[in-house]
Order: sequence, then structure tokens, then C-alpha cells
Amino acid sequence: MRTFATLYRRIDAATSTQHKRQALTDYLRAAVGDPAQYASAAWTVYFLAGGKPRQLVPTKLLRQLALQATGLPEWLVDECYHSVGDLAETLALLLPPPISVDDAPLDVWMNERLLPLRAREEETRLSALREWVDAMPSDDRLPFFKLVTGELRIGVSKLQMTQAIAEATQLDAKLVAQRMMGYTQANRTPQAQDFVALIAPAEAGEDGRPLRGQPYPFFLAHPLQAPLSAFPDLLGAVDDWLVEWKFDGIRAQFIHRAGQWWLWSRGEELVSDSFPELAALVDFLPDDVVIDGELVVVASDSAARAALDDIHDLRPFSELQQRLGRKILSAKILRERPVALIAYDLLEKDGQDLREKSQRERRALLEEVVSVAHSSAMQVGAELPLRLSPALSRPDWDSLAKLREEARARGAEGMMLKAMRAPYGIGRQKSGANLWWKWKLDPMSVDAVLIYAQRGHGRRSGVYSDYTFAVWSGPPEQAERTLLPFAKAYSGLSDEEMRKVDATIRKTTVENFGPVRSVRPTMVFELGFEGIAASARHKSGIAVRFPRMLRWRQDKPVEDADTLQSLRALLPGGAA
Amino acid sequence: MKKDLIVPAAEGLYCPSGRFHIDPWRPAGLAVITHGHSDHARWGSDAYLCHEDCAPILRKGLGDVRIETLRYGETRQIGDVRLSLHPAGHVLGSAQARIEERGEVWVASGDYKLEPDGVSAPFEPVRCNVFITESTFGLPIYRWRPQAEVMADINAWWAANARAGRASVMQTYGLGKAQRLLKHLDAGIGPIVCHGAIEPLNQLHRDLGIALPPTVNVGALDKAALSRCFALAPPHAAQSGWVRRFGAHSDAFASGWMRLRGNRRRRGVDQGFALSDHADWPGLLQAIAATGAERIFVTHGSGDALSRYLAESGYDARPMATEYGDEALDGETEPMSEADIDGA
Repeated sequence: MRTFATLYRRIDAATSTQHKRQALTDYLRAAVGDPAQYASAAWTVYFLAGGKPRQLVPTKLLRQLALQATGLPEWLVDECYHSVGDLAETLALLLPPPISVDDAPLDVWMNERLLPLRAREEETRLSALREWVDAMPSDDRLPFFKLVTGELRIGVSKLQMTQAIAEATQLDAKLVAQRMMGYTQANRTPQAQDFVALIAPAEAGEDGRPLRGQPYPFFLAHPLQAPLSAFPDLLGAVDDWLVEWKFDGIRAQFIHRAGQWWLWSRGEELVSDSFPELAALVDFLPDDVVIDGELVVVASDSAARAALDDIHDLRPFSELQQRLGRKILSAKILRERPVALIAYDLLEKDGQDLREKSQRERRALLEEVVSVAHSSAMQVGAELPLRLSPALSRPDWDSLAKLREEARARGAEGMMLKAMRAPYGIGRQKSGANLWWKWKLDPMSVDAVLIYAQRGHGRRSGVYSDYTFAVWSGPPEQAERTLLPFAKAYSGLSDEEMRKVDATIRKTTVENFGPVRSVRPTMVFELGFEGIAASARHKSGIAVRFPRMLRWRQDKPVEDADTLQSLRALLPGGAA
Repeated sequence: MKKDLIVPAAEGLYCPSGRFHIDPWRPAGLAVITHGHSDHARWGSDAYLCHEDCAPILRKGLGDVRIETLRYGETRQIGDVRLSLHPAGHVLGSAQARIEERGEVWVASGDYKLEPDGVSAPFEPVRCNVFITESTFGLPIYRWRPQAEVMADINAWWAANARAGRASVMQTYGLGKAQRLLKHLDAGIGPIVCHGAIEPLNQLHRDLGIALPPTVNVGALDKAALSRCFALAPPHAAQSGWVRRFGAHSDAFASGWMRLRGNRRRRGVDQGFALSDHADWPGLLQAIAATGAERIFVTHGSGDALSRYLAESGYDARPMATEYGDEALDGETEPMSEADIDGA
């Protein structure tokens, strides 16, 4: 734990990416040169690259530990937690100093202590935990508790981890990126040999191609924020771009190799089990193909579709959400919320890696593959949950911009622009002409009133940074109208603005409910969001997606904030 | 019940029997001042009474005002009460105000810390019936490491920077913390630079016989010396053009708030050292117990939590609203800027 804790502290204290990277590389160099560290390094890479085992120690147990070890009343431990904003750090700050010293490596902690803890008797779990912590240097406790609460969040990206491994091993970064695919899956317990496989010299013929069910690294898009007038200079001719809708679903890679299939999410989790209907693709797609696309819920009354790229029946993201995070998929939900894969890229065909081919070539091959699959499905009268993402062709940027206005009506968030001559890259590439662009619609917005505030976490701990917003239940002439909460948001303000809002909250507090304060309504914010849906679970009857603060409307009196009616008018179909 | 010797009033804590205020935040008649930080020593009262070492600090902040002074332990009869000042260990000249009337004793702590800092007179517990305590760090998450350890870390940080050829810029409050740091810096590592807002306060300490290592103005050093120096500056200066004189440098902030990771990260400095001139949680409990008081009022900071904890431990304890660096009342104040004004 010492080695991991030391690395954690060094990364945490780093104020630049370069320092962070240096810390990672130094650690990896030492680990690569010392086989005794491989087993712990396997876990270190897993955690720092974003791996999260299911919570190792239940929060309840950690709270019991805090109460038992400190002898403090529960309310005071809660008060401390609200002030710190992080359970792991609260524990690290509260627990009494160690009484002995034990230093087991990370793999022993994981394999022999923490993972088996779940299976142990309730009573012995607390005593085991207490014993471990009593032998742990105070400095190591924050990293330790961060790890067991699954809240490591230390600001290392998978890409940085990949680059650091490449630097420490002198391997090609693309090769390392491929080897890292799936490394951080939730239920893995990485072993020494997994680390060996990461750092091993490239084998003859190993050209960064995935094996068996392994996916390719996803190519990620950059937001396009330039004004339309700058497009010709920035992007050139409209013909040089493949333009598609930006669907509001889940990015996924469908892999069909050796008669088996796998579905990977953009977060590199294997999600095949959550989408069993995609098994049907195996019967009609040729072997050894990999498709990049978007999972969306489609209308269940599969009316005959005119073409492969007919997407008139896409359902909103909120319906897809109902499929996620379920342990058991009932027949009912499968029937009512069927998904389809909207294919937009072909990464492998006949076992050949197509990523170096141009977008134009890949698109042609994709169209062929999808169309063949559909004809064979049609011959046997089978329904195929596979669509082709329509290529949107317009003579100039202006008419494309006009078409983009229809995105929401078509269940999309905007458009994707992909250079026709570009290969399929890795991750979010920094610069160059071969980028993917996401050209999203401006968010929907309303002016809402801040009515509750809660202290934030991490960098914002102690500051009132998480807010609940409300709109009026009726127009101003309605005397008895009230403020109805409908969304929470915590991003979009500058540090300076947040400081001012924080000060105002403290001055206008009406009541404290634990960590939450209700305030006298004085502040209006323009709240932006990506999607809106009717919801029976929300008091306002409305659920919005990705709400964030666009602007603090200091010019606007509370009475002029928007009403529930103006919010409802934004619902699909504009239900009033 | 006996009458209250100190009550909260609109201008600040008020002693009706002596007709004076303690650290009033609005203009009052006679203001008894516990220490020179700007949230305690405010402008506009007719006359001020403070410890003799506090007087020059007050004069520097408030200009030509009427000031009378007391030594620690010296008693003055004011109206029906006897007033005396006792060391609070917070900053130079800081004092607890002891008020006695017919055998009943009340003590208002002002800000205090228990660990001797080498600059101010060390805290002395004063027996009393009623104790009004601060609670800036009134939660059990606040426990300070010994000053010697923290200063060793600070000197090690400086030495490492000096070896790497970069200046060490410490953001700090000018009164108290700056001199405490100076007192314990290892001047053998390199030259020490003080910003123009801090140097006069150093001089004031030296004039009162407190030995501090030599300090220079940033302009007095050549490039080579700058790359080894330790610089002390108020936060606003450390974020201004002044700091560019040092070229590539490492920066740090010393405050009790730096105990929390979120605060360290928000501050955006390379290092946060948890060094405070206020009592930590064990310190508050120890100080309160040492007074022998049965009634406790808890002012600014985590007043609600500390007073509830005390009440559950058998004290007659309750919070008392003030406007000293108080997060709920002072619009300008959040934990980070609080550190800037009251030497947290």
C-alpha cells in the first residue's frame, strides 16, 4: 500500500499534466524492472486507468468504523463528512493514529483482504477493517479509503496511463492502447500475468490488432463550436465530409468473430448481456466484422421501413435508460423497449483491420455489409435490429445548418462531421485535419430560480456548489403560484461566480436540512439542458437531461423566471 | 440566575456593567480589542483598549485613534467590572478578556491557539464561570501536527526548491502567520524576501524585541539569489505581477484550511501546509475544560457543532452569533478568504 499511496500522493500533488505523467512513468519504470511488483502493478494500472471494482467495503461499514474508532456521536461524524465532502477523506482525517505498522502490497490488499471481505461474516468485517487501519500509516489512509470507496478520481485518464506505459516500456502507444482495451472492466481481478501482457515486447505479427472478443479503441469526437461563417475556412468543402445525425444513445462496438459476438460500450465495459436482441445479428452478418455504432431504443411496433437508413422511429434516451443498470431484463421490457444498433463505421471485415482506410472507403464497405445482412434477413422474414446511419448530403454548409435544426425532431442532438479521407483514429486526437467533429444543437434553456444548495465534493468541498432549481407553477398574475423544483445542476459557473453565489446562499439561508440549505429565492440562472421528457417520478412532472448553468441572470428579478408552462412547451410535441 | 456580564449586541459583544464592547464590528464607545486582525479590530469606535503589544498594530491599521493599553494580568476597573487581559497565543499582543463582577467571572477568548509559536505570549487558561470561545476549527477533522513537524516540512520544501533553482513563494497573512513562519525558517537555506505589505509588520515585531531573521525586498536580490529565496507575500500579491519577478517558482499556502484536500486544490498552489494560529479540535476541548467554566458560548466557525457536542458532554453550551470571520454572516467570507483575514 505504501508504494501505491506514495504514487497517489505524488499524482495528487502534481499541478501540471507533465508532473503527473512524470510520476506515472517513474513508477512504471520501477515496476517494469521489478517482477516482484508485477502483481501489485497490475492493480495499480487497473485503478489509475479508471477501473472500479464493485464497492469493496459498504459505506455502512465504513461509517461504523468511523463511529467505533473515534467514539464520536454519529451527527458529528456526519457534520464532518458534510464539511469535507468526501467520505474517504473524512475517515482519513478522523481516525486515530496507527498503533503498529504493516505494509502489504496492493495485490495482497486486494486479493487476500478486500475482495474476500465481502464474503465474511458481518461482525468480523468491522474488526478486520479496524485492525488493518490501526496498522496503517496516517499518510496512506486517504489513498486507501479512496480506493475502497471507489472514488479514486485522481485525474489520470486512460490515455495518460497508456502513454506512460508506452514511455516506460518503449512500446508503440497504439499497441499499448490495444492491449489496454477492456483492462478496466468492472469485474476483473488483474493478475501479474496481465501486467506482463501489457508490458511484453511486441510479438512478431502483433500489430495492435485485437484478439478474440477485444474491441478497438474508440475514435472520439471534438465539439465544434465555430460559427457557421468560419466553416469553409476551418473545414473546407462540404463534399469532403461525411455528415450524419448525432444520435442520443449509447456508443457501442459490435464484434462478430469466430461465430461469437461481443458488445462493448464506449466506457470499455462488455455489455452484451444487457442487449440480448443483438444476438440476431450473428445470423446475418459475415464472420469477422466489427461495427461501430449507436444503441438506441426503437419503436416496438416495427412498421415496415422504407430503407436501411430509415430512422424515423428512434425513441428518446430516457427510454434507453430504462434498459440500463438492470440485473434482469424482463420479457416485457425487451418487448416494449427494443434496441437497434445504428451502424456508422466498419472497423474490421474478413478479419482485416480497416482503420487505416479512408472514411469514404469504410463507409462504402459498411453500406455493403449492412445491406447484405438485411437482404438475407428479409429472405427468411427476420427482423434485424440493425440500421444504417443516414449520410446527410447537402450542397453547402448553410443548407446543412438548416437541416440541423430538425435534429431534435428526429431524436438527434445535432450532427457529426467526419473527414472523408481520414482514417479511424484512437481516442480523442489532439489536432490535425482528420478529426471527428460533433456539431451539437444549442441546448434548450429556461430561466430558473435557485431554491436549495448543497456543499460540493472534491475540489468544491465546503463550497455551496450543487443547486436545485425551480420554475414558477403559474404566470405572474396567479397570486398563489409557487416555485416547483425540477432540476439539479452544479456546473457552468466560474470559480469567481461560484464564490459570489456561495456567499449569497450563506446570507439568504432560510433553513438547514443536514447538508442542504433552503434559501430565499433571489437568484435566477439560465439553465441549459440537452433533453426533456415527461416524468412521473419528478414533482414537476418533467425530467431534463444534462442540466447545467449557462448564465447567472443577475439582471433578472425572480418574478420574471420561467414557468412550468414554458418548460412543458419544450417537451417533444410541445405538450402544453 | 446571575446577570450576564457579556451579551450579544448589534455592534458586537457588549458588557453592560462596564459599558464597553469587545471587538465590536460596528463603531462603539469603548472597544476592548483582543487582537489586531482586521475582523476583530474594526474602525470607528471612540476609544480602544488593548494589550500594549497590540497597540502599535492597531495604530497601523486604524491610524491615529485613542488607545489605552494593559499588560497581561493587569487589572482595570471599568464601571462595575474589573477587566484584565490574558495571553491567547494567537498573534503578538493577542489577549483573552477577563471580566469580573462580584465574584462572577466571564472570559471572552478572542482567537487563540494552545501551542506556543515562539512569537506571541503562550496561551494561559483562565478560570472562569462563563467562557466565550471561538470555534474556527471546531470539528474533529481539524487536528494539527506539532509546529516543529510542519516547519520541518516547509524548510524541506524550500531546500528542495533551492536545490532545483526555483524560488519558494509562500502566500500568507501578514500579521502573525508571516512572523511565525519567519521565526522558524532555516535562514541557512537562502535569502528571505518579504512583500512590502508584510515587512512593516516584521519591523513592528523587531521593535518589540522579537528576533526574526533578516529579510530583504525583492529588488535587492540578483537572479541567482532569487532562485534560492523564500518569499512571503499576501495572497493577492502572490497572484499579481509581483510574483513574476521570481520567474519559475513553486508556491504554497500556510493555513489550517489546508488540512482539507478540497481547499488545497481550490487554492491552486503546489503545496498546502496546515499551519494555523487557531486551536484545533483537541485544543478547543482542552482549553474549554481548563477554564472550569460551566457555561460556554461558542462564536464564529463551527459554533453549532461545537456547542452541541459540549452540551452533550454536560456543559451548558450554546452558539453565539458574531461577525468575526463568520461564514454565515460575513458576505465576503468563505473558508478560503477567511484564511486571508484572520490568520487561520
